[in-house]
Amino acid sequence: MKISIGEKLVSYVVLGLFAAIALIPLLGVIITAITPSGGSGGFHIPNTIDLGNFVEAWNRGHFANYLFSSFLVTVSVVIVTTVLSVLAGFAFARLKFFGSNIVFFVILAGLLLPAEAFIIPLYYNLRSAHITDTYWALILPQIAQSLAFGIFWMRNQFMSFPGEVIEAARLDGASDMRTLWGIVVPPSTPSIMTMCLLVSMWTWNEFLIPLVMVSRDELRTAPLGLAFFQGQHATDYSLLASAGIIIAAPIVILYFFLQRRFISGMLGGISSR
Amino acid sequence: MTVTTRVRSSETRKTGAVKSRTRRRRLESWKAFLYVVPALAFSLTFLIVPTLQTAWYSLYDWNGLSAATWVGFQNYLDIVQDEQLRDSFLHVGVLVVFYSFIPIAIALLLTMVISRAHSLRGMSFFRTVLFLPQVIASVVVATTWLSIYSPNGLLNTALRAVGLDSVTRVWLGDFNTALVSVGFVGTWLNVGLCLVLFLSGVGNVQPELFEAARLDGASSFQEFFGITFPALRGQIVVALTLTVVSSLKTFDLVYITTRGGPGNSTSVPAYEAYSRAFNSGQVGSAASVAVVLTLGILIITALIGRLQPKETE
Repeated sequence: MKISIGEKLVSYVVLGLFAAIALIPLLGVIITAITPSGGSGGFHIPNTIDLGNFVEAWNRGHFANYLFSSFLVTVSVVIVTTVLSVLAGFAFARLKFFGSNIVFFVILAGLLLPAEAFIIPLYYNLRSAHITDTYWALILPQIAQSLAFGIFWMRNQFMSFPGEVIEAARLDGASDMRTLWGIVVPPSTPSIMTMCLLVSMWTWNEFLIPLVMVSRDELRTAPLGLAFFQGQHATDYSLLASAGIIIAAPIVILYFFLQRRFISGMLGGISSR
Repeated sequence: MTVTTRVRSSETRKTGAVKSRTRRRRLESWKAFLYVVPALAFSLTFLIVPTLQTAWYSLYDWNGLSAATWVGFQNYLDIVQDEQLRDSFLHVGVLVVFYSFIPIAIALLLTMVISRAHSLRGMSFFRTVLFLPQVIASVVVATTWLSIYSPNGLLNTALRAVGLDSVTRVWLGDFNTALVSVGFVGTWLNVGLCLVLFLSGVGNVQPELFEAARLDGASSFQEFFGITFPALRGQIVVALTLTVVSSLKTFDLVYITTRGGPGNSTSVPAYEAYSRAFNSGQVGSAASVAVVLTLGILIITALIGRLQPKETE
């Protein structure tokens, strides 16, 4: 369809304006981060670029430590979530078993429940089990939360998988397990990847669960570390901005390379609910 | 004699076959159940059982250490009677406007103006940028805005640059502006999300419809209400669900930027639940706030879901 030049122009102006609104605060962070710290503290365009804030934030804020925690927690959550979601998603989509609807509903409830619904007793339960202040307290509850989305996502994916292919595999005598991992999973890799990306992002960015579950500094994840760092350096905005960039960078870089998957996943996962 | 045995044996054979078939079916059902057992165990242990416990906790007065005393529904009565708790629910109502209604209204308005932007060159760049705030950790977003709102931050510097010195203030420390300032962060977060969603929705409308409307001399206003808006109903429901739920769950932003202050002016239910449970030893009260918040989210999600047009399901 033809779009008149005038309409094109208006469109670009509007899009440009709102893209700028989205970007300005983020550019502000980058400028603040490279402004030499300790000056008047006011926001200004710096004359010299100073990357020293990143070094200082890194050293003073134990961010190597925090990033390691985040990395460990995220990788563990993603691996376990993926394996269990593929298994359960396949069963809900393709196998018949007694009570499947009830079980699906129970697991799906995790998609709707806010963390506030369960975090208080969960803390006391895990404390009685002596696993608060360990990585387990960060990893296990987040697997449970991610599974709700993961199973829902994989079930939708496997339901749209051509049934004849699965029937053919069965007639050849393949077991359900072999059918799943040998026939169904390989062509579903793109959708499994999208799920992994989203779960990684949510786990990396999670704040409440680490805040409640751990108090030892060496267990803190990156967002929790930033919150504590902010508590100590409340007005040193250059240091805070550098620290924020360090923490947001891994996910933002992934996003720039795989934006299509992020956007379609985040919007599609909800709209198909 | 021989006849009856033969009959009997054929009968036993028959029931035997039926039995083995049901046994096989039961075995298959049992094997299929094994696929979901780990996930179900995770869900029950870490989500479902604790959620039920929250409801149980909410009927007690407990400081987290000593023995709990049964108080019935007193904690729920407090939500209505205690000004601090009541206000936290009012505040989240204000946040819904900023997180949800304003972004959706702005995005719809923009969609009306640029309804065919989805086919423009460079659209994928704009989509990436508009959606970017969604993938940044909420804690980082919060520290970013903390610095923007600070006394010498980006906002006050910009206001001074255009001669509006009188408007400058400590945005997050002022009783009159703190809540609105927190809300505006939500608007910033969600405008791009809604716009991306709506433009993709318009992209699904058949272009012939627009052309026919143009040929009939429809104004862009008529075009919007006749074609675009009805086509976007599904996307509007999705946008409502996403943004309303995220505003009701607001915690990270308040925790980092204001801790509910100044005074009590930015406290929200999620923050009250956290601080009562883990800072001030009012676990029962915290649990009752969590229960009301959870029920609110479930009910509102269900209500919004009913707006979903049937044919897309």
